[in-house]
This record gives sequence, C-alpha cells and structure tokens, in this order.
Amino acid sequence: MSSNIKRAVSLYSYQEEFFLKKMNLEDCIAAAAATGATGIEIVGEQSVPGCPKLPSDAFVDQWFGWMDKYKVTPVAHDMFLDYNKKKGHYWSDDEAVESFKQDIRFAHKLGFKVIRVIVNTTPQIIEKVIPFAEDHDIKLGIEVHAPWNINSAWMERHWDVMERTGTKHFGFIPDMGGFCRRLPRVQVDRMIRNGADPEIAKFVCEQHEKGIMAEYTIFEVSRMSNRRIDMAVAELSRHNTFVNPLSLVPHIDRIVHIHGKCLEMLEDCTEYSIPYNEVVAVLLKHGYNGYIATEYEGNRHIQDVYEVDSVEQVRRHQQMLKNLGCGI
Amino acid sequence: MYEKYMIVPELAKKTEKGFEIGARLPYYRGVSLSMVEEIEVTLDGETLPQSDVSILINGKTYNLEQRENELDDRWEMGEVATLAIAKSGELPAGEHKLGLKINLRIGYMPFPSIRIAERNIIIN
Repeated sequence: MSSNIKRAVSLYSYQEEFFLKKMNLEDCIAAAAATGATGIEIVGEQSVPGCPKLPSDAFVDQWFGWMDKYKVTPVAHDMFLDYNKKKGHYWSDDEAVESFKQDIRFAHKLGFKVIRVIVNTTPQIIEKVIPFAEDHDIKLGIEVHAPWNINSAWMERHWDVMERTGTKHFGFIPDMGGFCRRLPRVQVDRMIRNGADPEIAKFVCEQHEKGIMAEYTIFEVSRMSNRRIDMAVAELSRHNTFVNPLSLVPHIDRIVHIHGKCLEMLEDCTEYSIPYNEVVAVLLKHGYNGYIATEYEGNRHIQDVYEVDSVEQVRRHQQMLKNLGCGI
Repeated sequence: MYEKYMIVPELAKKTEKGFEIGARLPYYRGVSLSMVEEIEVTLDGETLPQSDVSILINGKTYNLEQRENELDDRWEMGEVATLAIAKSGELPAGEHKLGLKINLRIGYMPFPSIRIAERNIIIN
C-alpha cells in the first residue's frame, strides 16, 4: 500500500544520543534511512555547528555525499528567531528579517525545500521575507504547535498573509502533538516522580480524555491543591490539546510539511496519546501529499530514570506511518 | 531537560583561584553565549556570586560581562564547557554538594528557561 504522503525523519528525534555523542550526524542520517524514510529534517542549530552561518564547502560536499550514500533527500530545516539574543535589546523587524534570511541561505545551501518557521515569528516579518524565500524556492511553514491550533487567532493572522499575498511559498506545518486525545503518560509519570499527587494526576488524565476544557480542569485542581507541581499536571491538559483532525481539511492545500510528534511509541507501533490512525485518515482522504517527519520528543521526560532508545522509538513511528499507508 | 547531564563531575578540580567543574548546556540546540542569562553555582549550600563564574568554551574564556556581550561564539549542544569559579579561602579536598542553575533566554518561550541540577562530586 502506498500513497502520496512521504515519510521523513527529523534528526531532532535522536537528540539524546547526539547530545551524549553516542551518535554523530552521519549515524543519525543512517538510522533515519534504515527505517525506510526518504526525507531528512534537521534543527540546523542542533545538527550543524555554527548554524545559521553558512557551512564550509567541505561540509556541504560531505552532506550531499551522505544524502547519496543513504538515498535520502533534505526536506526541512527548523529555524529560530532569537529576538532577545542581546541582553536588554529586542530585535527590530529589520534585524529579525536579516536573521530569517540567513536561515534561508543556510537551508538553500544544504538543499532543503522547507523551513519550519518558529511560532513567535510575526506575520509582518514573514510577509517581508516571502520574496527572498521565493527567490530561493524555499517554502516557509509556520509551525502550528499545541497549544495553538490551525484555527487559532495567531494562525488566522498568518493565514491572512498567505491569502493576501497568494504566494505558494508560505503555509502551515502542523505538529501532531496537537492531537493528544490522552495526556502523554511519560509526562504525567515524570511529574509524579517529581512529587505530583498521583490521584490528582489520574483525575486530570480522565478529564482530558473526556474532552473537558483544560481551564475547567485547572480550576478544579486549584481547589484540590495549592502545590505548584499539581497545578503543572493540570496545565498539561492545556499544553497537550486535542482538536478535531477535520479542522485541517480547509487548510490541506496550505500544509507544506508535518511534524510527526511522538512521545511514547508502544511495542505495537501506536503512539500512546495521539490517535494517528484518525489524523492520517483525514490527511489521506483530503489529498495531503507532502512529508510527515517523525519527531520523537519523549527523551526529556524519561531520561531521569530510563535509558533512552530514540532509534527504536523512531523505527516504531515510521512503521506506524507505513502501516497507515504513508510512503512506500 | 537534560538536567541529568548538566554537571560533568569528571572535570571538577581545585585551582589556584578556586575550583572548576565541567558543564553541558541543558538545551536541544546550541546558543550564542549572550543567550545564557544566568550561570549560578552553589557549593555545599552556599550560593556563589555569578560574577565569580567564568566559562571556558571553544578555547576562550569569558567572564560574566564578556559572556553577556558575546553574540557570535556559541555553546553548542552536548559540548562540555569548563566553568571556573573564583572562591577565596581553603576548599577542603573531597566530596562536595554542587548545585548548578542555568537560565537561558529563548525568544519563543514566554518564560525563562531555567534548569537546575545538583549532585555530590569530588573536588580535589
């Protein structure tokens, strides 16, 4: 079974092993390719020292050598805007635009076709950068990450820029963490290890699964406990949203890339909290034809007590996508 | 995030001016040194002045003021830096309780990114 949805891996997924220097950049590319994924995404400032300064010619040659060797394609680079990089100074729009352009030059040099635009980027700045992105044939995608959703007020302002400019080079990158029907167990368990009340945690999980609005749950918990850690558990329900996957439908043509967030891939190759089968069914039915890039992010929640195995988590996520009809 | 790996005890040692420890940036990407808002070290419960902490990274040493103004040089992900802490008085050799707080200024986060680690380490 195959479809027009392609599979990629964000090397962000291997951050635990990369941080500890158990895997180098080539190892990460090789591990991604071994899953059968055909696309590579990076957080440039994680994978390439000095980014967003342009890498050396030697590095660029090495990079494309790896792409050939492992039969994968550069897909997306994730950029940041460090508005407050200088203490006490907030960037002007001109400074932000220049930083953004440098990320476009960086992405272009390494063959990426999409840039993940960090969510704090204003619509005005993106509008100023669009011609430069068009010149470099790079599609910009504002990341729609929980607690935002694709119909949030902030995203409506970005959508307005997309519509008004009519550009083909600006769209959305939904993060699948916006479809958490259950709260991620690895997050809840970590908070219990840090002292959260297990009974309150159970209550919050139940409310979330029932679809109770997070603000109601937060208020209920504020009456049960005055401890910060218990409130933090309640707030998990606000940060791990679930919205109807059908909310993507009117925007399908504006989706330039997708972050396949996963926090806990089970042995049966399903994600504990995200009903991927439901979301992917919507994407297939309505003709999404870009990449879904695995973005494993569970390491930070389990690294205090467990050995992290990012390679296996990514393998399971890719197998799940394949089972659901994505890629070859 | 990465609190477990912030302190690198193997690099801890006494120096003429105080002591040193190894440290990793608790973040998933590298940042310019200017974005490291705070490096706070506590030793056996005593919080030491941040102005007494220098960072050695990429072969260069930065004191607090130099670090705050360094927009180019970066602390890359997973790179072990040396923190040199000036401390007067005799530091007894042996085990000490070390605390390390690193606060990063990250543009897209509406709140400070503060990570705290603590462990017993040998400083000889």
